[in-house]
Amino acid sequence: MRPVAVIGIGKTAFGALANRDLRSLAVEAVGHALADAGVSPARVESFYLGNFAGPSFVGQNHLAPFVAASAGFEQIPCTRFENACASSGSAFFHAWQSVAAGIYDIVVAAGVEKMTTQSTPRVAEILAGAGDMSTEGLAGATFPALFAMIARRHMHQYGTTREHLAAVAVKNHANGAKNPLAHMRKVITLEQALAGKPVSDPLTVYDCSLVSDGAAAVVLVPLDRARQFTGHPVRILAVAQTSDHLALDSKRDITVFPSVISAGQKAYAMAGLGPRNIDFAELHDCFTIAEIVASEDLGFVEKGMGGPFAAEGCSAIDGRLPINTSGGLKSKGHPVGATGTGQICDVVQQLRGAAGDRQVQRHRIGLAQNLGGSGATCVVTILGSEA
Amino acid sequence: MNHLSEGIVYTETTVYSPPEQYAADAPYQIAIIDLHRGDAAAPQQRLTVRILASSMAERAQIGDRVTFVEDRNGVAYFRKAVPAK
Repeated sequence: MRPVAVIGIGKTAFGALANRDLRSLAVEAVGHALADAGVSPARVESFYLGNFAGPSFVGQNHLAPFVAASAGFEQIPCTRFENACASSGSAFFHAWQSVAAGIYDIVVAAGVEKMTTQSTPRVAEILAGAGDMSTEGLAGATFPALFAMIARRHMHQYGTTREHLAAVAVKNHANGAKNPLAHMRKVITLEQALAGKPVSDPLTVYDCSLVSDGAAAVVLVPLDRARQFTGHPVRILAVAQTSDHLALDSKRDITVFPSVISAGQKAYAMAGLGPRNIDFAELHDCFTIAEIVASEDLGFVEKGMGGPFAAEGCSAIDGRLPINTSGGLKSKGHPVGATGTGQICDVVQQLRGAAGDRQVQRHRIGLAQNLGGSGATCVVTILGSEA
Repeated sequence: MNHLSEGIVYTETTVYSPPEQYAADAPYQIAIIDLHRGDAAAPQQRLTVRILASSMAERAQIGDRVTFVEDRNGVAYFRKAVPAK
């Protein structure tokens, strides 16, 4: 396998973008990534597009060539990847594979979702399709409900509190407030987070990520060609994708995500690194409890201690392991299909030292963790600065 | 007595923001329960169910015993068991 580098990143703003359609968002992100890489669309050899529910949200199928034709790609393989909220993490994984295997030299992985055209109950119904619709979905479990049941159990087993959950929201909002591309650039207090309107007990609106429109894209090439394009290439040290049951009730212990544990272990092994070597991370905080569980499953903190870890400031920008300096899905926004490649863009920006007043001090090695559904897919990526 | 008629609540939540299909039911309680199979050697069966509760006091918590009420369109409805006098 050849070493692979990321040479270009591009994102749209995330938010409720009333005047933007799915295609224009994806084309904008791809355009930014190609410009950043100094690559013309005609040189791209293959296109990998992550999207969760375009057919349900906007009534469009056949999305990869739909976007590609407007992005200036001609007569190349273009494929849509659907793995719920890990759709573009999965697109990135397959893009990396094709370059690592020597099949292509210049490829683009992107993600897009246009969600805000639908009502909240309809969005809840579409998102529920990332779970098992024959069991939990049928019983009326929304995604907030599934993660609320995980939170309840985590509280029961480890003494995690509402304050711990709220601390994650407060931290991520503080970070997102400084991110010009974030959906909700608003600082919140612990008191506000605790007094939020209930969505699914014990989760309130402040525990839930945002329903957003947006797109993100990255350009990949073999590492030995990266310097032809950029002075600050980022090396893909590892990518791992894993799977598990969709239904929560088919798991023995819902306070762990086996897919996150195994993707983390595979990625650490591939990179020859461990959790201690990670300088900062973007974790999939679709709900506050998800960041807590992921920080445990990736070995950043002992099992059950993810809540105190956040509440004590260990994962703040100036903490010992900054998590979600972008604002996370909580504040930056969660256009589901765009989230995986969005996280890669955010990690690369930190590795380049280009994150402005969100810049972390140590930025040699960063990790991104993208979760699909309630853990049926996970993609873990470890990136390293080559500057 | 049906050996699948009782269970213990493994986790639960009350849904305030329902999907379109269940808008009229909200708020409603969902639980994942471990069914009693009557045979200690048999593996436990875990199921996602609705809990029937007309008040906060009737809502089930982790560890509570629940009993089967009925099946509606493929969804099992349970009720918090009244403690034996």
